[in-house]
Formats: sequence, C-alpha cells, structure tokens
Amino acid sequence: MNGVIAEISYRALLGRRRVWLLVLLPAVLLALAVLLRVVDAGGERAAVMLLQTFAVGTMLPLLGLIAGTGVIAPEIDDGTVVHLLAKPISRPVIAQTKFLVAASVVAVFAAVPTFAAAYLLIGLESGVASGFALGALIGGVAYAAVFMLLGTVTRHAVTIGIAYAVIWEGVVGNFVPGARRFSIQQWAQTVADQVSSSAFLTTEITLGFAAAALLLVTAGAVVWAGQRLRSFSLTGDE
Amino acid sequence: MNIELAQVSRWYGNVVAVNDVTMTIGPGVTGLLGPNGAGKSTLLHMMAGFLAPSGGTVTLDGTTIWRNHDVYRSIGLVPEREAVYGFLTGRQFVLSSARLHRLPDPEGAAGKALALVEMEGAADRRIETYSKGMRQRVKVAAALVHDPAVLLLDEPFNGMDPRQRMHLMDLVRSMGAEGRTVLFSSHILEEVERVAQHIEVLVAGRHAASGDFREIRRRMTDRPHLFRVRSSDDRRLASALIADASAGSVSLTEAGLEVHAVDFRRFTRLLPRLARDADVRIWQVSPADEDLESVFSYLINRSS
Repeated sequence: MNGVIAEISYRALLGRRRVWLLVLLPAVLLALAVLLRVVDAGGERAAVMLLQTFAVGTMLPLLGLIAGTGVIAPEIDDGTVVHLLAKPISRPVIAQTKFLVAASVVAVFAAVPTFAAAYLLIGLESGVASGFALGALIGGVAYAAVFMLLGTVTRHAVTIGIAYAVIWEGVVGNFVPGARRFSIQQWAQTVADQVSSSAFLTTEITLGFAAAALLLVTAGAVVWAGQRLRSFSLTGDE
Repeated sequence: MNIELAQVSRWYGNVVAVNDVTMTIGPGVTGLLGPNGAGKSTLLHMMAGFLAPSGGTVTLDGTTIWRNHDVYRSIGLVPEREAVYGFLTGRQFVLSSARLHRLPDPEGAAGKALALVEMEGAADRRIETYSKGMRQRVKVAAALVHDPAVLLLDEPFNGMDPRQRMHLMDLVRSMGAEGRTVLFSSHILEEVERVAQHIEVLVAGRHAASGDFREIRRRMTDRPHLFRVRSSDDRRLASALIADASAGSVSLTEAGLEVHAVDFRRFTRLLPRLARDADVRIWQVSPADEDLESVFSYLINRSS
C-alpha cells in the first residue's frame, strides 16, 4: 500500500465526471426500492428479487467494472502510469494499492446502497439486508480485482468487461446451470444466502466452493496484475 | 554512471526496430540523433526499463535495467508523451514524485526542482491549464526531483517556444557539466549540436555513427551534395562547371541544371565565380537532398 499512489488514484477515480457514473446505479437502486415501498409492493419476495437481479446482477458488475478498470486503464491509455512506474517502488505494491482503492470504492458505492435498499424495503427481516450487503461487498471486491487485471492486460478493458458482465454473468450465468459455478455474481449470492434465512433466496453452489473461488480469483487477479505491471512496456509511436 | 548496451536488438513480430546496437552512454550530454522512425524511442525505452530487449543486454553500471525498479533511484525519465495528471497542480505533481521517491524533505526538493525549470510562478495552477512547454518543464522537474545520476529525455524540446527551448538546453548542458549521464533523443541536428558533446546516430534501427558532434558534422558536410541550379543560360554554365573537378556530374533538365558536387566547400566557392566569368546570371541554387534522410543514408552507406 502506497499513500501517494492511493491518493492520486482516488482523485482520478472520484474527481469530476467519473464520480457520477458511480453514483448513478446506486441511485437507481434506491429509487426502485423507494418506488416499491410507495406502491406497497414491498415484502421479502420483492426485496430479494430486486437485490438479486439489479443490485448483485447488474449494478455490482458494472460498478466493479468502472472502479476496477478506472484505477488503471485510463492511466495506461494516456501514459500517466509511467509517472508511477518510473519510481523505486515494487510494481506488485502499485497493483495492490490500486486494487485497494477500487475495492474500497465498490464497497462504498455498491455494498452500502445494497444494504440501504434492502433496509428501506423490509428492515432487517430474515437477514436479507446484511446478507446481500456482505455478498455485494465480497463479490464487488472480486469484480474490482478481475477488472483491474483486465485493465492491465488489454486496452479494450471496458468493452470486454461489459461483454463479460452482460453475456457471461447476465445470460449464460442465469440460463446455463454449469456456468453458474463460475460466476462471481452467483458466488456473491451464495454468500448472501448463507447469512440470510429468507426462503425466497436459494442458491445451488456450496459456500466452501464460493468462498474458495472468490479468494482465489481475487488474489490471483491482483498478483497477476502486479506481474503485468512489472513487464509494462512502452511501444512508442514509431 | 554508465548505461551499456551490448548487441541490443528489438523486434516487433517481423519488424526490426533496433538492430544489434552496442554503445556506452557515459557522463556528459549525449544526443541520440536520427530521423523519425529510426528506433530512437525504442532504444530509449529499453534504457529506461520500459521495454525488454529481444536480444542483447541493457545495463546500468552492470545491473540489468529491465524489471528492476531499483534503477529508478538513479534514473530520471522524461517521456515524450504528455504524461501528466491534469487535475493536479504542477507543485502537487512534482511533490508526488518526491514522495514516491521517499525523499527526506519532499516539499523542499519539489520547490528546488520547480525553481530549476522556472515554474514557481505557475506551480499552484492545475496542469490542465498549462501550455505544452509548461507541461514539458513540469515533467522535467518531476524527473529531476531526486537528483538522479542519469537523466533520459525523449524528444524534450518538442512543442517548446524558443525561449523555453534555450532555457531547457542550458539546463541540460549544466546537468551534463555536473557529471551526470544525460541522454536525449532528437531528430533535429541543430538541437543536438547545441547541447550534446557526444552524438549517437541511429538510422533504420542501426547504429550509424558515434562520436564528437564536430566530427559527425564534418562528415555530414563533406558528403557529395546534389544541387539544382537555374540560370539565364544553363547550357553555358554547365560547360563551365563540367571543366572543374569539384562538380562530379552535371545534367541538363527541364527544371534547370542538376549538379552533383563532390567537394562541397570548393563547389560553393566555385559556382559564383564561374557564373560571373561566363557572364551567366544565376536565379536559383537549391539543395536537392538536404533532408536528414539523405544525410543519414549517406552515413549509413559509408559506415557499412
């Protein structure tokens, strides 16, 4: 962890227009929760549906994408990353710092609103709020790591990230049973299910598998990103 | 400190960008000269640890540069791209560099570096409001903040106005005079000539020439030159020229005479005299091959 790099990364990520991208999705989630409450269509079943499909299913991967790629990809794109890399600081430390920034941003912009939305609808009933908040936190951290790695691997990180979030996590993960085992979204729901006692939330992956997979994917992505930065090359315009 | 390149090559797929280059960059100012696309940036990136050589070794006083972040204690790098955070002020940018180097007095070091590039006045404005030359100076300040023994600058004078250029040239010269190893790349001969004591010439990825700038300058001037001459009577001028040994060949074309001068100095003195004696009025004398490409290709052909 390097304080200077963290500070610059926070400023780049939260400064100016980009912060609105991070605010938009949680705002929609909270607005939907308020709407359901107002029309009195709340209840546990609706709450679980909203959190599953929108909070964890849509908002979480997109926020992970914005934060994860946002801490590294723009800097690689415009060359500013050289300012950080041409310093006597180990590159894995730079990757770890950037990951912590992205993970903390996802925690604030995804996990906290997820808890708030659930609380708005059903209070603390059946542990749905805390379950989904924890699931969103852990899943969001994994997304941040994976998308940060993507940002160090390819210049098309955002495009590929959106394709992954929509096609794999959205379509394949929901309709192809086997693929569910390899979806961050499903792992996050498994964590939520563990905490929550709600009958409306059922998952088919064991906690052991989900926890191991989350840990492995997160740690692996951060280590790999560090190695990518160690071999960072400037190819020049020639 | 010395940067040593031993039989360094770099290729991208089938394209060879740098081909078997061996050179040592020592204390003082070295200019890396070559036309655009010659592989200067590729070579400089390898010296800066931002590119792995495909073959050969690049070392700083014996230690490998690639994948070794400790070398940045001794290296300051000024990249060609405008790699600066627009949302930081100039002072914050240079200060971040000082803090990333874990200097004992980062504020003091940043202030000193900003003074060195004469940027104290604008230091508290955001970089996004800076002109290209100001950004360049702030990048130089960030690269100098830890007082490095080695300074690498990629096309540093690009985009600067003449006054800023003069000032940076003075700064680079004084860094070299202090015994630092300074290397900068340029495709402009005059820049290199004014700043560097030593020149390395790169053409088409190959190390074409190396040495004192006066020596290289002389070799460049002494090469055969091609001139296009237009006059009141091309035919009479041609016959007068052909009689002298300094004009290798003379051909008569629609656009005037094309004279291949073997001895540049002698030819430049000869032409006006001959014209006067033959009572021919000269309208135009223009060098037909004064571009750097042809100068460099001459050097290449000579050295191989």
